[in-house]
Amino acid sequence: MANVGTLASTMAAEEPVRDRLDGPSGPRPKKVFSRTNIIVYGTLFVVAVYYALPLYVMLVTSLKGMPEIRVGNIFAPPIEATFQPWIKAWSEACTGINCDGLSRGFWNSVTILIPSVIISIAVASVNGYALSMWKFKGSEVFFTILMIGAFIPYQVMLYPIVILLREAGLYGSLTGLVLVHVAFGMPINTLLFRNYFAAIPEELFKAARVDGAGFWGIFVRIIMPMSLPIFVVALIIQVTGIWNDFLFGVVYVRPENYPMTVQLNNIVNSVQGVKEYNVNMAATLLTGLVPLVVYFFSGKLFVRGIAAGAVKG
Amino acid sequence: MQMNEMSQVSSRNSVEIKNLDLSFGAVKVLQDLNLDIHQGEFLVLLGSSGCGKSTLLNCIAGLLEITGGQIWIGGKNVTWAEPSERGIGMVFQSYALYPQMTVRGNLSFGLKNARLPKEDIESRVARAAEILQIEPLLDRKPGALSGGQRQRVAIGRALVRDVDVFLFDEPLSNLDAKLRADLRVELKTLHQRLGNTMIYVTHDQVEAMTLADRIAIMKGGQIMQLSSPDVIYNKPQNLYVADFIGSPSMNFMHGHLENGVFTAGDLRLPMEGYEYSAPQVSDGPAILGIRPEHVVTGELVASCPVQTEVKVELVEPMGSDTLVYAPLGKERFRIRMDGQAKVSPGETLPIGLVPAKGSLFDKSSEERL
Ligand SMILES: Nc1ncnc2c1ncn2[C@@H]1O[C@H](COP(=O)(O)OP(=O)(O)O)[C@@H](O)[C@H]1O
Ligand SMILES: [Mg+2]
Repeated sequence: MANVGTLASTMAAEEPVRDRLDGPSGPRPKKVFSRTNIIVYGTLFVVAVYYALPLYVMLVTSLKGMPEIRVGNIFAPPIEATFQPWIKAWSEACTGINCDGLSRGFWNSVTILIPSVIISIAVASVNGYALSMWKFKGSEVFFTILMIGAFIPYQVMLYPIVILLREAGLYGSLTGLVLVHVAFGMPINTLLFRNYFAAIPEELFKAARVDGAGFWGIFVRIIMPMSLPIFVVALIIQVTGIWNDFLFGVVYVRPENYPMTVQLNNIVNSVQGVKEYNVNMAATLLTGLVPLVVYFFSGKLFVRGIAAGAVKG
Repeated sequence: MQMNEMSQVSSRNSVEIKNLDLSFGAVKVLQDLNLDIHQGEFLVLLGSSGCGKSTLLNCIAGLLEITGGQIWIGGKNVTWAEPSERGIGMVFQSYALYPQMTVRGNLSFGLKNARLPKEDIESRVARAAEILQIEPLLDRKPGALSGGQRQRVAIGRALVRDVDVFLFDEPLSNLDAKLRADLRVELKTLHQRLGNTMIYVTHDQVEAMTLADRIAIMKGGQIMQLSSPDVIYNKPQNLYVADFIGSPSMNFMHGHLENGVFTAGDLRLPMEGYEYSAPQVSDGPAILGIRPEHVVTGELVASCPVQTEVKVELVEPMGSDTLVYAPLGKERFRIRMDGQAKVSPGETLPIGLVPAKGSLFDKSSEERL
């Protein structure tokens, strides 16, 4: 092992030099089973199992029929795989009022998610852009107030927002919930964009101004194309945050508009009849699918965005 | 300085800065600054870091909101005009190329914003690329260019705008020494070819001396002297300029001026032939500055009005010349000798001084006498 590199480089070298290459030469061979490596990989393995095991159990349980589940071995793979629980969770399970499964909640969540994500990212990115590159009198004060918003616990604002929405005639509607999501996402996303844009060299901005680009021109043509990673970070934060939201969904909309998470709860916690673990597992997996897919497709960009200044002061 | 400006009144001014004030909050960076830049002139703003050079340039470009005064470009008051409406092109130290656009995109960005017709844009880009020899790079992104190529593209971006005034903010200081020297020559050639007004900020005196028609030396947001490189070098207006310009820097002797004779310790230096800046010179404490290369050594010592001997302390051979350190009176003198000069520490070196070639300053005001 240790000599492969040495040998190769010795053979490649000219004859006369050979005797001078007696000692170590070329890259130092790396030990695969060093103590550090064992600790690092061991820890990673344990952590990976810790996170993957519940997912595995859920997956196999969701593919089993109820008789098989009653046998009790939760780690065993399904003997007779069936997609019936998934179909039931999606379109037949009862959620207190109606029995059309999670599908209704899914479409409610999509209807909430898309406008909330688009509006909050659009507004927060422009906010961050203005606060980092077009500082105006009082912009720091504005930013500070916005940041204070990030530190007030949700619970404190829960009821005042009910009143606000009621006065605006939006209480119970999806529009109202979208507005709430946009507002609550604003501080953290503005901070995210502001910090990312602040790291862009000022001279680039100046050059664009000399070139006659205005507020929107610079944003759309110069800043946005070089900020894809941070848009992805914001996208992931918003998609997962809004998709996983339960509290706002249950408080601000009528039951027929409940998002998927609330419906999941209603299916899993419904008290009538036997507990259908397979259906519950399938329903839970279905609900978690959207954030999972988002992570899966943008994980690399997410890491790059975080590394490129999203967490920098 | 007064004389100099009087004689230039007839030529049209390209940029005029009148009573310019600029402060960042409570900090006054520029105060009551006046500067006239002639048509086609290469003006260098030279000063140490933090003296307000970039700030002044940004004010001219319209990138900073000024606190008071006026800025005129090409005979128009542009004090409130947008940067793109001022008829300027600007080149930055960090190149500031748009990273996601190709070189062609970088060059044409400003022209597209100005809604120029397509053929017009193409011909201007082609011309700039030809002048700067960057045609093969047009379809590359800035990330795939070397530092020198990037700076050329940045110059090209100013060039396509077809403006009268170019602003440069330390454009060469991110390049290595060799490339810097090459691009310096190219810039000078470009200026001769185009005849634009160029305002060039640098802290490098070699760049300033070689490029400038006139140099404005800045300190603490004020212009200490505005003259040709020759005058700046040979007749510095005050002690600051005298000390700042020249490498190795000027030797200063602290002494007394009386009846046209400068005395420092035992040394008497008659100032015969010195051109005083005022007809009447009052006697009193004074400082005499002598450039290291004006200290005479070898056979020519005999012909000098003042002759003395020094003991060599340190020798720095620099190839083209040799720098000798030797105490003279209370000062440690720097003497520039020929590159082939054979001197060693401890040796006694006869030297000659020509006081009239020096610069006399009043001790308290530090202004040139
Ligand atoms: N945006 C700013 N806010 C506050 N002070 C500034 C700002 N920009 C520059 N300054 C200060 O103004 C002075 C001049 O800066 P500058 O013009 O950049 O100097 P230089 O001559 O090195 O280009 C410096 O003291 C600097 O600290
Ligand atoms: Mg500067």
